[in-house]
Amino acid sequence: MEFNPEVDFPLLMAVLAIPVTAFILQIAFGKKLPRQGDWLPTTGMFGVMCITVYLAFKAITAAYHTGGDGEEHAALDFLWSSPDAGFQFKWLFDSAKDAGPLNVVAGILYDPLGAVMLAVVGIVCFCVHLFSMGYMAGDRRYHIFFANISLFSFAMLGLVLSDNILFLFIFWEIMGLMSYQLIGHFSQDPSVPFFHKWATWASKKAFLTTRIGDCLLFVGLFIFYRNFNLAWEASATLQQAMPDFQPLLFTDMWEMGRLIVAQNGGEFPAWMTLGGLCAFGGTIGKSAQFPLHIWLPDAMAGPTPVSAMIHAATMVAAGVFLLGRMYPLMSPEVLNVVTVIGAITALFAATIGMVVYDLKAVLAYSTISQLGFMVTAVGLGGLTAGMFHMVTHAFFKACLFLSAGSVIHGCHHVQDMRLMGGVRKYMPITFVCMLVCTLAIAGVPFFSGFYSKDMIILAGWAGVLDPAHGGWIPAFALASLAIAAMMTAFYMFRLIFMTFFGEYRGNQKQHMYTEQIALEGLEGPPLHGHDDDHGDDHGHDDHSDADHHGHDDHGGTPHESPWPIVVAISILAFLGMFGGHFWLADPGHLIHPTHSEPWFTKLATPESMYGPEVGAWATTKISEGIHNHDSDLAHSSHAYAVGLSLTVASLGILLAWFLYVRRRDLPNVIATKLGPIYTLVRRRYFIDEIATACFIKPTMQLCTVFKTIDERIIDGFVLLNGAIHHKLAFFWTWIDKTVVDGLVNFVGLLSQAFGAAFRLLQTGRIQQYAAFAVGGGLLVAAWLILS
Amino acid sequence: MGLEAYVAVSAGLFALGIIAIIVRRNVLYVLMGIEMILNAANINFVAFSHFQGDSLDGRMFAIFTIILAAAEAAVALAIVLNVFHLYDSIKPSDADLLRE
Repeated sequence: MEFNPEVDFPLLMAVLAIPVTAFILQIAFGKKLPRQGDWLPTTGMFGVMCITVYLAFKAITAAYHTGGDGEEHAALDFLWSSPDAGFQFKWLFDSAKDAGPLNVVAGILYDPLGAVMLAVVGIVCFCVHLFSMGYMAGDRRYHIFFANISLFSFAMLGLVLSDNILFLFIFWEIMGLMSYQLIGHFSQDPSVPFFHKWATWASKKAFLTTRIGDCLLFVGLFIFYRNFNLAWEASATLQQAMPDFQPLLFTDMWEMGRLIVAQNGGEFPAWMTLGGLCAFGGTIGKSAQFPLHIWLPDAMAGPTPVSAMIHAATMVAAGVFLLGRMYPLMSPEVLNVVTVIGAITALFAATIGMVVYDLKAVLAYSTISQLGFMVTAVGLGGLTAGMFHMVTHAFFKACLFLSAGSVIHGCHHVQDMRLMGGVRKYMPITFVCMLVCTLAIAGVPFFSGFYSKDMIILAGWAGVLDPAHGGWIPAFALASLAIAAMMTAFYMFRLIFMTFFGEYRGNQKQHMYTEQIALEGLEGPPLHGHDDDHGDDHGHDDHSDADHHGHDDHGGTPHESPWPIVVAISILAFLGMFGGHFWLADPGHLIHPTHSEPWFTKLATPESMYGPEVGAWATTKISEGIHNHDSDLAHSSHAYAVGLSLTVASLGILLAWFLYVRRRDLPNVIATKLGPIYTLVRRRYFIDEIATACFIKPTMQLCTVFKTIDERIIDGFVLLNGAIHHKLAFFWTWIDKTVVDGLVNFVGLLSQAFGAAFRLLQTGRIQQYAAFAVGGGLLVAAWLILS
Repeated sequence: MGLEAYVAVSAGLFALGIIAIIVRRNVLYVLMGIEMILNAANINFVAFSHFQGDSLDGRMFAIFTIILAAAEAAVALAIVLNVFHLYDSIKPSDADLLRE
């Protein structure tokens, strides 16, 4: 099987065409189709999954056979972009200047990372579609929901395939819009009285928060675009080196970046640092990094499949993917910022994850934390590790979210873990899937997450041990990541123990809820207290009766979910288990019959992602040692890394077991002892409140001021003007009515008066006429005589 | 007796005729007024012819006028008859359709 761009690029275009066609058909005809058309996008996405997996397999296999200088060093450096296939479309193209800076050339870039990511997106999106068929049944806007997730998938697929930053940005924005639509899915649904307000609020919050990052990315885009153009125009060497320079194409940007830095004596120009920081701002917004992470926990106001999609394959992955695309253009200073932000995010989100009680909130904070891991890894130069973690995380986090959705579905739309417990007896398949993925995220060996997290820790160790890198930043990052990894294991097993072990506590619902609301009132959105009847009304009319009867055994206990849900989470759990193995080694010799060496490390190295020259340069940028696996440094750091990740994972799991199975009274005691610290973490470090106080309140106040100005002064002028004209109009009316109408009427009246007067003479009496005639004759005679 | 006496009688007769036409309420008197005017003219014709020499022109005109007056009286009486049929009245003031 050879990857042939001319044949396979149309297939890649089909990957984009299928979901967008499904979206259009679903919007137009969805409601009239049988089952409201849910099968249409789902089937389409199944096709997309097949194509993407097939192509990834084919491309990687082909590269494996042909690349490198022999079997021992078989390299995976394939990088097909559109010109190979003659597959480019031109936009804003100025034909007079054939290679001028106005031209935008768009096409497809299919590189190892893109190939793998595309397959991951295809698989996860299909699973989410399938899951939604079970989970969303009975929803009010069922067909719209399927249209929306289809377009959401389209945006992510397009983002992965874009070969230029402008189109990446366009897809990035489509994704922002669709996340707004989907998080706010319940916002007009009167059947979920609690949710619909929260959903409205959360969707706005997500949209506006990510918008800050999007603005920064846009600014970064222009910084790069303008300065690349200026540099190209100013330097004859660069023009000679790259005569067809397209300042928006990734491949050209990487190469140009390398040349400019080389020209600059190995130093990055200041504008590249600035542009890199701005581009990272996009990642901060989209991937929910530290200051802008606040939208992600609230994104769970959307339906659970949407959360799975946002948290796993789309949206947040886009930010990390962008980091992968922009990595060669980021100066060491930018990478240090990336590292620090990522490490802070990983640590602090993990601490919040330990104390929240909402099932989905735990997963949301774990996503933020894991994204911090990826970002830190990229910042430390461990690009491969970061991307690898993105892939494995997509599988197990999608599975975790969908399993959580399954649990929520089974427990009649209750989300609070304190009201669960013992669910494993009722939902065995969900339990197994969730357990597998929890083991994966906790970093237990032989599960996918272990391998990727191990590589990230390794990158940290290498940074610490590397004398050339050194400094406090890698040490800080490593420490944060190690602690965060331990917390990850802890809170994930806390979730498992609270949800699936012990006794089912859902029947105490009414009683417990009132008590908890009185005590804390913390969970859920800071809106209108806690009205948790939302789930019962939502698409579950058959259960709501049972809930009202209170302790009816059959209606009150959880139940296993319908088949689409179970199938979807099973597929993802399988990948969550083995997802790491596929990339690390070739267990069944599927890719190459005589190879079983680890090869993910070769799949997404800088060399394979950016081409040999740029890749080699990008590698040396931050640290010499990390990717050189033969050196002692790498060897010792690998040993440390495995030891460290094993230690923290087992510590976390043991602690969770001790606190939530053995001594279940202890957590409350500890919480009480910690007092203010607990409150601080429980209230999410007050970041929402700080954001409200610092940005939202002043903005609102500023708006109020402007509103006042608008109402008082501008409206005043307008109203005054209107009033003056109103008064003037009365005067003109008077003139009109009196003078003009008077004249007209006067003429009429005059004619009438004359008519009336002369009509008196016209009596029709002959004798009178004769008298007049005689009189007249006499007068004439008199006049003649007298004159 | 000179010409003035004849002319004066003729003018008086004419004035009486005019007055009869204008003020009488009966259409027959109006017709009589017309005859009086014609006769006033006849007097003038005859008087001027007598005082102007031995010419018969004026007398001939007078005889023509008498014949004409007879014809006119016949036509006028026919009109009066029709007016009477139309209006049930022989008052000239009732026949006021000319006003329209």
